[in-house]
Amino acid sequence: MGSHAAPIEEIGERQLLPPGTTFSSITETIAGVTEKPAPRGWWMLFLPALCLLGLMFVCIGYLLTIGIGVWGNNTPAYWAWDITNFVWWIGIGHAGTLISAILFLFRQNWRTSINRFAEAMTVFAVLCAAIFPALHTGRPWFDYYLFPLPNSMGIWPNLKSPLMWDFFAVNTYLTISVVFWYVGLIPDLATLRDRSKSLLRKRAYGFFALGWRGSHRHWQHYERGYLIFAGISTPLVLSVHSVVSFDFATSVIPGWHTTIFPPYFVAGAVFSGFALVLTLMLIVRSVFGLHSLVTVKHMDLMNKFMLATGTMVGYAYAMEFFIAWYSGNPYEAWVFFHNRLGFGLIDEQGNWGPLWWSYWAMISCNVLSPQVFWSKKMRTSIPVMFVVTIFINIGMWFERFVIIVTSVYRDYLPGSWGSFEATWVDIGLYCGTFGLFLTLFLLFVRWIPMIAIAEVKATLPHAHPHAHDEHEHEHAHDAVPAPAE
Amino acid sequence: MQIFPRQLNLLPLALAVGATLGGVAVIGGFWYYFSPKNLQVGYAPEQPVPYSHRLHAGELGMDCRYCHANVERSGEAMIPPTQTCMGCHAVVHPESALLEPVRDSWESGESVRWVRAHMLPDHAYFDHSVHLSAGVGCASCHGRVDQMEVVSIQEPISMQWCLECHRDPSEHLRPTDQITNMEWEADDEWRQNGLQEAIASVNPPTHCSGCHR
Repeated sequence: MGSHAAPIEEIGERQLLPPGTTFSSITETIAGVTEKPAPRGWWMLFLPALCLLGLMFVCIGYLLTIGIGVWGNNTPAYWAWDITNFVWWIGIGHAGTLISAILFLFRQNWRTSINRFAEAMTVFAVLCAAIFPALHTGRPWFDYYLFPLPNSMGIWPNLKSPLMWDFFAVNTYLTISVVFWYVGLIPDLATLRDRSKSLLRKRAYGFFALGWRGSHRHWQHYERGYLIFAGISTPLVLSVHSVVSFDFATSVIPGWHTTIFPPYFVAGAVFSGFALVLTLMLIVRSVFGLHSLVTVKHMDLMNKFMLATGTMVGYAYAMEFFIAWYSGNPYEAWVFFHNRLGFGLIDEQGNWGPLWWSYWAMISCNVLSPQVFWSKKMRTSIPVMFVVTIFINIGMWFERFVIIVTSVYRDYLPGSWGSFEATWVDIGLYCGTFGLFLTLFLLFVRWIPMIAIAEVKATLPHAHPHAHDEHEHEHAHDAVPAPAE
Repeated sequence: MQIFPRQLNLLPLALAVGATLGGVAVIGGFWYYFSPKNLQVGYAPEQPVPYSHRLHAGELGMDCRYCHANVERSGEAMIPPTQTCMGCHAVVHPESALLEPVRDSWESGESVRWVRAHMLPDHAYFDHSVHLSAGVGCASCHGRVDQMEVVSIQEPISMQWCLECHRDPSEHLRPTDQITNMEWEADDEWRQNGLQEAIASVNPPTHCSGCHR
């Protein structure tokens, strides 16, 4: 940590990690999670996760056997839970990329306690997301058509389609996220290898540690490589969800055809990503006793991020309504004031748009609930933030549902109006992807260092190159004695 | 301390060789065992009667439509019924041993079990009459049948092959009165006069539902 990052004690700033944290205690705490037997809390999460994973396979198997008619999507709502879930899961991943790339470039040291964890979530969330469009194609065994492969059919992916842009954006995102995550893991895997007792464990970690010895040359290449990956990942934070938003924004459906979508989607993605990182972090922290590494200070900062991005999406919601009114376009106004708001415009029978409640669920969870974070007391209260982060994720799911379904279920012609009702397969598959996510996630926390050991150490005051000059009196025993003459 | 045995240095080589051989085996296996033979150039199934197109259409100069009579009016070019064969062979070589299955069919009323060489998959819709009236000759797709002792597939019947002509049919159009002429070739006169008109009059579909209905 450079001296510019040193806390100003006069105004009440403190070190990131509590006093008494040493290099050794960090290694012991983080490596210990993978070395000791799993605590009961881990099993209490892992077994339900496996059940949900089984549910996912049942739903996918049933869908493949019968066809996608087992989902509730049909005229006029051709996109429904499947695309909602896809956008929601993709959005979850954005916190990882933001924390690992942008906060790294801005030298935000507090990221070190959460970045590994959030990056892993990114990878798992993208895997969950990919399931939905892959099945939505209807005949998933032809999904290889999405790849630009030479073929005997004389056809090629239609690069004028935003769905193809989406395919490439998400694949780029997954590839870079996996590589970046793995590069960051190498020194820590070597630490686990060196601490291993059994030969099998040594070999398993040794294989993935790629022969890391921690030499100065290794560190020099590593630091440079890490910086380059952070640079490559940075545009992805903004591009992936922008491209996802193009799936809607480039169409001409009122409610989708909106220029504010790219920044609005990116802010929403970071918002929901931080919320899920924090929800899971709170659980894992208490299961594995990581209170000294992930402190209330970290959570306070994350809550500030959620307050900021939550306010941004609130602005976007308001601006959409303003444009719906200001544009004078009756169809746009209908979508916003009837389909979403409910009471703004009523239909001929005098009824509200039947899905009005989903809009209000979104507003309450996304815009109202994070406002409690203006208060420092609330930002640092663990029960409050646990509840609010769950609300935020519910709200962000509803945001995508509102955008997708309420834009199309009652459109231009009353004769083509319809509604959408989820089937048990819709619900089961969504819950099932939680099983996939949690299973991967719990295996990750159990077998891979979930906090970046090497990076957290670098934030300790005694990692600072001039630590000995500044605290000579405290660490006199560390100093190298001057050679006698 | 070494935790991996020294022989493991050979692992990358083994993986590279294994991946190459495995890849070749998988691709070759699919190519050989799983490709539909009706779509492969050179496929020449053995027929129950050794009927020679070279003799009938070539030497004797019979028109394609004598046997494939519906080709101008129907989607299917049609395989001739036994009656068509017997129209001549009741008097020409009536005792030939090679024609035994044809006479059996004539007496029993059961069709001769000809083996189909050109067969498109069910998801591809193809209509002979449309192609003929647009000016695509028999030889453009079937090759010089008048020179074949045994009919074999001459062109790769792939979607790409279909689309190449649908996207630019100019090389494959001819005057509609020369459709069954196996020897016709485009000359300068045709290129300068008839072809432009022919191209203007056809509008081959390249959208999905043109063929996948």
